Amino acid sequence: MYEGIVQDLIDELGRLPGIGPKSAQRIAFHLLAADPVDVRRLAVALTEVKEKVRFCRSCFNVAQAELCRICADPRRDQTLICVVEEPKDVVAIERTREFRGLYHVLGGAINPIGGVGPDDLHIRELVARLADGTVSELILATDPNTEGEVTASYLARQIGPMGLRVTRLASGLPMGGDLEWADEVTLGRAFEGRRVVGA
Amino acid sequence: MHLTHLSLVDFRSYPALDLTLSPGTTTFVGSNGQGKTNLLEAIGYVATLASHRVAGDAPLVRDGADRAIVRTRIVRGDRAALVELEIVPGRANRARLNRAPVTRTRDVLGLLCTVLFAPEDLALVKGDPAGRRQFLDGLLVARAPRMAAVLADYERVVRQRSTLLRTAGAARRSGGRGDLRTLDVWDGYLATHGAELLAARLALVEALRPAVVEAYAAVAGAAAEVAIDYRASVPLPEGSVGGTGERERLVEAMHAALADARAREIERGMTLVGPHRDDLQLSIAGRPARGYASHGESWSFALALRLASFELLRADDREPVLLLDDVFAELDSRRRARLAELVAPAEQVLVTAAVGGDVPAELAGRRYLVADAEVHDAD
Ligand SMILES: Nc1ncnc2c1ncn2[C@@H]1O[C@H](COP(=O)(O)OP(=O)(O)O)[C@@H](O)[C@H]1O
Ligand SMILES: [Mg+2]
Ligand SMILES: [Zn+2]
Repeated sequence: MYEGIVQDLIDELGRLPGIGPKSAQRIAFHLLAADPVDVRRLAVALTEVKEKVRFCRSCFNVAQAELCRICADPRRDQTLICVVEEPKDVVAIERTREFRGLYHVLGGAINPIGGVGPDDLHIRELVARLADGTVSELILATDPNTEGEVTASYLARQIGPMGLRVTRLASGLPMGGDLEWADEVTLGRAFEGRRVVGA
Repeated sequence: MHLTHLSLVDFRSYPALDLTLSPGTTTFVGSNGQGKTNLLEAIGYVATLASHRVAGDAPLVRDGADRAIVRTRIVRGDRAALVELEIVPGRANRARLNRAPVTRTRDVLGLLCTVLFAPEDLALVKGDPAGRRQFLDGLLVARAPRMAAVLADYERVVRQRSTLLRTAGAARRSGGRGDLRTLDVWDGYLATHGAELLAARLALVEALRPAVVEAYAAVAGAAAEVAIDYRASVPLPEGSVGGTGERERLVEAMHAALADARAREIERGMTLVGPHRDDLQLSIAGRPARGYASHGESWSFALALRLASFELLRADDREPVLLLDDVFAELDSRRRARLAELVAPAEQVLVTAAVGGDVPAELAGRRYLVADAEVHDAD
């Protein structure tokens, strides 16, 4: 254990995903030794991200205004919605330049062990977005792992009866993985080869 | 196939080891606790990505070290592969193949094929169904490495679905509604993954049966009426023999069984049907081996299961490396001699023994002494 505030910093860093106690300690001592200007820049970035970034009112992607950059762009195809788990998946798909429609970020996947059920995801808001009939195709791009597949099937069952085309990214994505890890070419191809899923 | 090299860094009791191996038999002799099993465990780990002794990876890393490294050079026909594994407890292991990192550690499964005989094998006959399921699944993966993914997916679905049932059951008992809206979807995945595993296990048992009967007779030195039969928790379609052609019918059987069990499953908060509840029944003269077989018969059966695995892998053209950990000490002299004779044709056999004399002379081969985590040539 270290002096009060140093230990506080280690504890806070250790609560971040993917950072164990040893890494937390290493980062803390790196910061203590770093140039104060660099550390201040990091501190400002941390507070600003919480103050200025919020979630898009329509798609729940990260945004700096009421609507995110994509929802606010009139050139995007309003008849297509791609459903993903996390904002980072939006970034991965945007990199492929394969998709010109809108997104819907669920905020996770169905995961009983993690305590996540349908009501913990932005599913109701998705159903509401589809109500006026503008959207003709919904692309389910949840992760190619057990929880992602189950979430996609659950959505297909909920939305299928609404009469729009529901598709799933083609297989070929590394199974058991994370959309984020798929390379651009593979992900782009998975978009092109998407298939219709039944209810 | 055979190994030409094994090196260890901070694996179990070994700070560092560099060992050259050759085809044929090699015997490692040393008194208890010197590190003989640790050697075979390291080799088995490269083949299966798991220890045959412990469930987690933490005990594999030498006390005080933060990672273990196992390096092997595997020769198959005229091709060689260098496999390196870095075992870091609590984190995903890293693997390199011919010095290049692989995307997923699981990708190295299938490069090395082993059949391990160990004192723990007696539990295959006398112990719980879990050990026999593990035996079947281990052999499935050795024959077709892609089965590792099927198993992982199935186990994941069972855990998720059981948690859903448990949580909802608890909510209902305390007066709530209990959210089971996603149960149908989980059922769908349980049925498809479960049917795939079931089809593979059924087909494996069919292939294994004649080999087990033959191996039992060879080890016991007398023909006996031994049988192996798959006992499924799901009522199977008439005349099921597994294989991919039966998958659809098995998916339906899974769905029917799930529908039947639903009320009980919610009440008990667990997944009650599926291959994770099945067993491989072993019997001698029409009676279950567990509970009826003598100690000698039980050993003959355990050895027969391993020898049959060896035969099956051979027939698949996957000639496994045989690892015999301290088994001769468990056997009477007749079984010792027969086992030695049966394993001798393998391309490579690695044997451990506390007493060199326990290993029949015709098998002894090259000899090493193991003492205090060091291995020295005895010749
Ligand atoms: N993680 C570990 N770190 C250090 N020593 C270990 C570790 N795991 C096991 N050992 C030691 O290895 C020895 C057992 O080795 P083993 O190969 O099972 O012996 P045997 O020669 O009897 O087969 C014991 O002395 C045990 O203390
Ligand atoms: Mg031992
Ligand atoms: Zn948006």
